[in-house]
Amino acid sequence: MKRISRWFVALLAACAIAGPASAQDTLKKIRDTGTITLGHRDSSIPFSYYDDKQQVVGYAMDICYKIVDAIKADLKLAKLDVKLNPVTSATRIPLMANGTIDLECGSTTNNLERQKQVSFTITHFVTANRFVSKKSSKLKNIMDLKGKTVVSTSGTTNIKNANELNVSLKLGMNIIAAKDHAEAFLTVESGRAVAFFMDDILLYSLVANSKKPSDWEIGSQAYTVEPYGIMLRKDDAAFKKVVDAAMTKLYKSGEINKIYTKWFLKPVPPKGINLNVPMGAPFKKVVANPTDSGDPKDYQ
Amino acid sequence: MNYNWNWNIFWAPAPDGTGAYFWWFVDGLGWTLATALLAWAIALTLGAAIGTLRTTPIKWAVRLGNAYVELFRNIPLLVQMFLWYFVLPELLPEALGEAMKQMTPPWASFWPAVLCLGFYTSARVAEQVRAGIQSLPRGQGMAATALGLSLPGTYRYVLLPQSFRIILPPLTSEFMNIIKNTSVALTISLVELTARAQSMREFTFQTFEVYTAATVIYILVTLIVVLGMRWVEKKVAVPGLISAGGPPLAGH
Repeated sequence: MKRISRWFVALLAACAIAGPASAQDTLKKIRDTGTITLGHRDSSIPFSYYDDKQQVVGYAMDICYKIVDAIKADLKLAKLDVKLNPVTSATRIPLMANGTIDLECGSTTNNLERQKQVSFTITHFVTANRFVSKKSSKLKNIMDLKGKTVVSTSGTTNIKNANELNVSLKLGMNIIAAKDHAEAFLTVESGRAVAFFMDDILLYSLVANSKKPSDWEIGSQAYTVEPYGIMLRKDDAAFKKVVDAAMTKLYKSGEINKIYTKWFLKPVPPKGINLNVPMGAPFKKVVANPTDSGDPKDYQ
Repeated sequence: MNYNWNWNIFWAPAPDGTGAYFWWFVDGLGWTLATALLAWAIALTLGAAIGTLRTTPIKWAVRLGNAYVELFRNIPLLVQMFLWYFVLPELLPEALGEAMKQMTPPWASFWPAVLCLGFYTSARVAEQVRAGIQSLPRGQGMAATALGLSLPGTYRYVLLPQSFRIILPPLTSEFMNIIKNTSVALTISLVELTARAQSMREFTFQTFEVYTAATVIYILVTLIVVLGMRWVEKKVAVPGLISAGGPPLAGH
């Protein structure tokens, strides 16, 4: 027993030593290795996902490649290899912390709580919390959900928001916490819940890819605003400066419009579905005045 | 490593307004234990019955038992969870299926999880019970018959008491497994310990602290099971019956 406790103390000590975050110089690492590693998602359509040819594509990927070009120019490198590393919501933080990935290109919400652990570059999309339901259930606004069972994905700001609405409006809803978006959608499809609270852009994509998109309706009212950002390591000001500058240039030059149109207003792989989501007012504001704020108030 | 450790995060207020994150773990552990214990009761009862049936001379009972074990042991646990949660309500008569789906959360996830884990583990327990009975010398059963015991009597007084003592160590492993397997129930929206840890990770991004805490809790719980079962083993040991603990006797 004594030996075990000694081991435990050693383990704690190791954690304590690893404790203070060592500022990492990502630019130096990229220059030394001639490689940058992008973390990507496997099924976050249309942000970052595998298409029908098993290639990683998406809106966030196109933006990340622009950032990579800017880094290459900034470091005056003749050649910069791009490595792709799949991440999930469970692995993105450890892989960023231990230096496996340098940028996470996907649909990660930027908020103040998370900024204590990582940094985000300029917001690349603004979404809102809404609910989707079957047209046949005729649910127009949140008051129609009184006493009903609804679902959201566990660990999201959406489920947090649904909880808050439930309390503040005295709705008496039962809220199921589903493991992921696909399962939450299935929960409504199978009749266990009547509505699914989620980022509207993900709802559009889920509905577009469902068996019968015309059966579904996404509520017109938005309950919160969520900025998405490309994630990078905290306390690496030099790297963030280069990345932010690349994003600003992308927005100021109007190049973003081309990329946006490609992914949100035209058919996208793998099924050739057109999401048809025009740029909303909050994101237009970001493009005009680039910001990396994690405070929803700055987007309203 | 570029990581901000913050072990105090467990005392930070959780976003659902129920107090500190610490209480999420308490609540999650409660559901983990409730699911595991109820499922274990099902697994032990059914497993013992089916395992015993499979050693009887009754042919159809053996076949039935074999089919049961193969069915529940060959389908992955995750798939079984989905079958209980998503498929079963569609197969039942509509009113009953609808009632299952409309149960208030978390019961609509809890009961399928308990049944799923119970049946899955019962197949594994049944296999161990069968192996335990068959590990006894054949003479045991014959001697019981010679003494005039009926078939149920032979099992009740001779075979089962011995075989259960033999299979206590593997049963301990199953008990630990069922506790750890409850985490699979998070895929059907049961907010148990691992699900709580996942939500907390998403809100705080303090991945390492969160999973360290969950790991330590699982280790402590399973350690309690190990110690408890060891105590049971000692308590029910019959000196000289099984060479539990002692060195094997030298030959000749």
